[in-house]
Amino acid sequence: MITAASVLAAEENNPLVPHPYELVVGIFSFLVVLIVVGKILTPRIQQTLEERTDAIEGGLKRAEQAQEEARQTLEQYKAQQKDAAIEASRLRKKAEEQGAQIIAEMKEQAQAEARRIIDAAKAQIEAERQQALTSLRAEIGSMSVELASRVVGESLEDSARQSRVVDRFLEELEERARTQEQITS
Amino acid sequence: MNALTVLASSGGDEFQAPGPEIFDFPPLFSGGPAWLTKPVLFAVVGSLLICAFFWTAFAKPKLVPRGAQNLGEVGYMFVRDQIARPFLGKNTERWMPLLMSLFFLIWFWNIFSVIPIIQFPIASHIAFPIVLAIFVYCLKVYLGLRHQGAKYFTNMMPKGLPWPVYILLVPIEYLSTFIIAPFTHAVRLFANMFAGHMILAFFSLVGFWFIFEKPTVAGFGVGVVGVIVTILMTALELLIQFLQAFLFALLAAMYIQSGLEADH
Repeated sequence: MITAASVLAAEENNPLVPHPYELVVGIFSFLVVLIVVGKILTPRIQQTLEERTDAIEGGLKRAEQAQEEARQTLEQYKAQQKDAAIEASRLRKKAEEQGAQIIAEMKEQAQAEARRIIDAAKAQIEAERQQALTSLRAEIGSMSVELASRVVGESLEDSARQSRVVDRFLEELEERARTQEQITS
Repeated sequence: MNALTVLASSGGDEFQAPGPEIFDFPPLFSGGPAWLTKPVLFAVVGSLLICAFFWTAFAKPKLVPRGAQNLGEVGYMFVRDQIARPFLGKNTERWMPLLMSLFFLIWFWNIFSVIPIIQFPIASHIAFPIVLAIFVYCLKVYLGLRHQGAKYFTNMMPKGLPWPVYILLVPIEYLSTFIIAPFTHAVRLFANMFAGHMILAFFSLVGFWFIFEKPTVAGFGVGVVGVIVTILMTALELLIQFLQAFLFALLAAMYIQSGLEADH
């Protein structure tokens, strides 16, 4: 059959009848391409394309991770900042409180001191007054006795004399008081 | 070059349209073996060229493609997304080697039709499409038996029809799947390339004959038309060459899938 066909082809050049040698060459050519392009080279590019997909997906994933990390760091940083601000305001408040407390203490202390000084002064004044009173009481007694003796001694002759006596006595008293003042001061 | 040989053989003063004889080639050199003809030579050259191209592109593929790898990847993506995926789905990667080989080998062979000096579509010699079609056919039947067993012969029938219909349907289905499909698979490619080459040869001969060989005042216009049509047909041929390679690989993917799984 094949030989008949090839004879026919050779004689009449029927384009629908294959040349046997061309069948062989066709098989050979196709097999060469199938082995080199198909079996050797196509798997390589398939692998490369797969790796590329992996690389791109991996890259995207890595970028996502980095972004997430950055976001977390930022959050952490923000939280830290917030904490720091709170801490700072707390410290400031504390300092203010402490300052106020110190001022209050100082004020109290000063007031106490002032009170103490005033009290001391008052006590001194009181003591001096008491002293004056005691000395006065003693003197008034003696002076009254003296005056009475004078009044009696002068014998109540006339009113003019009496008044003179009283005046003199009073002058003496004043004189005495003045000298006493001079002494004390 | 074809035009010259045809002219030499036609000899006379009358214009003679080129016939099927333009597909016959003597041995490459006188005294050489009869099988070593131009189509045979360029069939091998085509397969070596395609190996060389993909070797430069994919021998050491980089994650970041450069130069030839870019081009090769465009080709790979095209075959994968336009030819393999629509039919093979999840089986795509497994069958890419075969589909890459088929598509690019056929396309390179077809492109030779318009490359100066070569100017011959390898697939217009029916032996080459037959080899490829028979390979795909055997693969289809093998895969069908292996993946579906004896059910392969029943799975391909549409289900749920009234039984008298099957009397008609079964022979038609078997005829179409096992005899007509591989035949048309090969002949479609062959006939397209054959006819395309005839048309190009005819119009380029018209141009050559009426402008250079036998220039006459009346014939000059015809020659110019011949040249213009040749150029236009060359553009059309470029499209058809691509389309036929695409279609051949597409059908191969479809046949493979029909063997792999029952539903089609």
